[in-house]
Amino acid sequence: MANVLVFTEVHDGRVKPVTLEILGRLHGQTADVAVFGDLDAGQVAELAKHGAQSVHKLKGAGLEKYSPEGYANALSEFIKSKNYDYVFGGATSMGKDMLPRLATKFDAGLASDVVNFTFDGGVFAGTRPLFAGKCLAKVEVTGPKPHFISVRPNALGMSPNPTAGSGSAADVAVSAGDIRATIKEIIKATSTKVDLTEANIIVTGGRAMKNAENFQILDQLADVIGATVGASRAAVDSGFAPHAMQVGQTGKTVAPSLYIACGVSGAIQHLAGMRTSKVIVAINSDPDAPIFTKADYGIVGDLFQIVPIMTEEFKKLLGK
Amino acid sequence: MNIFVCVKQVPDTETKITPTGDGSFIETASIKWIMNPYDEFAVEQALLVKQLNPAATVTVLRVGSVKDTEALRTAMAMGADDAALVEAADNLDSYSIAKALKGAIQKTGKSPDLILAGKQAIDDDALQVPQILAQMLNLPSVSVIVGFELSGSALKVRREVEGGALEVYELATPCVLACNKGLNTPRYASLPGIMKAKKKPMAQYSLADVGVSESDRRVKYSQFKLPPEKPPGKKFDATDAGKQRELVSQVVGLLRTEAKII
Repeated sequence: MANVLVFTEVHDGRVKPVTLEILGRLHGQTADVAVFGDLDAGQVAELAKHGAQSVHKLKGAGLEKYSPEGYANALSEFIKSKNYDYVFGGATSMGKDMLPRLATKFDAGLASDVVNFTFDGGVFAGTRPLFAGKCLAKVEVTGPKPHFISVRPNALGMSPNPTAGSGSAADVAVSAGDIRATIKEIIKATSTKVDLTEANIIVTGGRAMKNAENFQILDQLADVIGATVGASRAAVDSGFAPHAMQVGQTGKTVAPSLYIACGVSGAIQHLAGMRTSKVIVAINSDPDAPIFTKADYGIVGDLFQIVPIMTEEFKKLLGK
Repeated sequence: MNIFVCVKQVPDTETKITPTGDGSFIETASIKWIMNPYDEFAVEQALLVKQLNPAATVTVLRVGSVKDTEALRTAMAMGADDAALVEAADNLDSYSIAKALKGAIQKTGKSPDLILAGKQAIDDDALQVPQILAQMLNLPSVSVIVGFELSGSALKVRREVEGGALEVYELATPCVLACNKGLNTPRYASLPGIMKAKKKPMAQYSLADVGVSESDRRVKYSQFKLPPEKPPGKKFDATDAGKQRELVSQVVGLLRTEAKII
C-alpha cells in the first residue's frame, strides 16, 4: 500500500474535478489531500466520500495567489514533513507549470499527463499518450521518492471509491519562501464557458466556417447543449478564432464525452488532439473528409444548413 | 547579454508514428525531423531581444540524436550566433534533458541572462524541461507565455491559462521562459542566413561531457503501441435538403438512445 498525496486546486470554492477522478482510482492506497487556503466543510466531505483521509489546508504569507516558486516551496516544505511515496496533481495550467519545479526540488521524477494508471503492490504504473496521441506508452517513475504524477483532466472519469476516507481537515502553516516571479494582474477571458480541456461537450469549427461571425451558429448550438466552442488550426490560422480555442497538436488536447466537428476536414494534427473523445459527430460537405474515419456519427452536408437544424433538434430533445 | 534558446528536434507533425516491434520506442528511420514548432517562438523572441541589444549573443542548445542537425542549423539560419549539441538518444526523459542543458550552458562559460524554450515539445508532450531547468539553475520561470516586454533587466510577461485568461507576471532576468504560439511570428530563414549558418560554430558534447548518466533517468517509457482504432461509425448523407431534418433528428436521437451521451 502506498502513501499518496493529491494536490488539488480550488476554483470558485470547489476542488477541481480531476482531484475526485484521481481519488476514486486510489482505492487500496492511503490518500491525503493538500490545498492552498480554505475549503468549506461540504468540499471536505466530498473529498472524504472519494476516499480522502486527511485534508491539509496549507496557509502562509505570499500564498494568497499562485506563483510557481511560492507554491513549490510551500508544498515541498509540507511534503518533506510527511512520508509520501507519491504526489498526484492535475495536468492543468497550474499543475503543468508547478509540478516539474516541485519534483525537481526532490531530484525526483514526474510522469506527466497520464490518462490511466494502476498500483500493483503499491507501485505506480501509468499510461500516457505521446506524439500528440498518435501512440500510447507505459510510463514508470524511477529514482528518489516521492514520485510525482500529473493526470489529464477528464481522462480517468469519475469512479466511486468504495471506501470513504475520514476526511479530517486541519490547517498547516507553511512558508512561500523567496518568490521572484509574481502575478501582478489577471486579464480575464471574454468567455465564461468551461475550458476546452475540462469541457464535457465541445463543438468545433473548421476552415469551412468561412469567417469569425459564422461561429455564432456554433455558439447557439453550444448554448443549448452546454458545450465549449473550439476551432481547428485552419480556422485559427485564418483568423476566425483565437489560439486559445485551438484543438489539435499545436493547440489543446481534449477528451470530452461528445465532440461535434463542424466543417473540420480532420488533418492528422487535429485528430491527434481529439481522437480520445468518447463520441464524435462530424458534419462536413466532403464525404471523403478524413474526420469521418474517426466519427461515430457522420453527417455529409452543408454545415450552415445542418447546424441550425441540429440546434433545434437538441432543443426539442432537451425540452428547451 | 547572454541569451540561450533550448530547442528540440521532433518528428514532423504530419509524420505517421509506428511503434518498434519490441515496443521500446518508435521507428525513427524514415522520420522527417523538424524544429519543435513551439521552439520557433523561443528563437524568434531571442532574436527580437538581440535586435534591440546588439551586444547580446544568442546560443542555441539541443539534446538529442545527431541524425541531422536541422533544428540547430535552422535556428542559426534565422540569426542565432552559435549552437551546442549534446548527443543523446531521442527517448531521453525530461530530467536528463534539463540536466544536460544545464551542463551545456556551463560548458560555454557564460552566465545566462535569459533562457528561452518552447512550452512543450510535440514528441513526448511532457511540458517539463523549462521548469526543471529553472529549478536546477535556481532561476524564476514562467511557462506558456504569449506576451513579452523587456526593459533593462525588468520583464513583464503574459502567461496563458485555462479558458484563455492571462496572468501578467513581473520578474527580472536572469530567468527561464517557455514560449507559446501567439508570442510572435517566427521569421523565415533567408538564403544568405542559411549560407552563413553553415559556418557558425556548433559545439558537440556527449552526455558524459555534460555530467549526465543513465542514473539521472527519472521517467521510463515502454510498451509503445498505437491507440485502439474505433470501429467504423454511421454515416448519413444529408446533401438533399428535403431529408436533412429527418436525418439530423435521427442522429440527435441516437446520441441519447445509442451513445447515451445527452
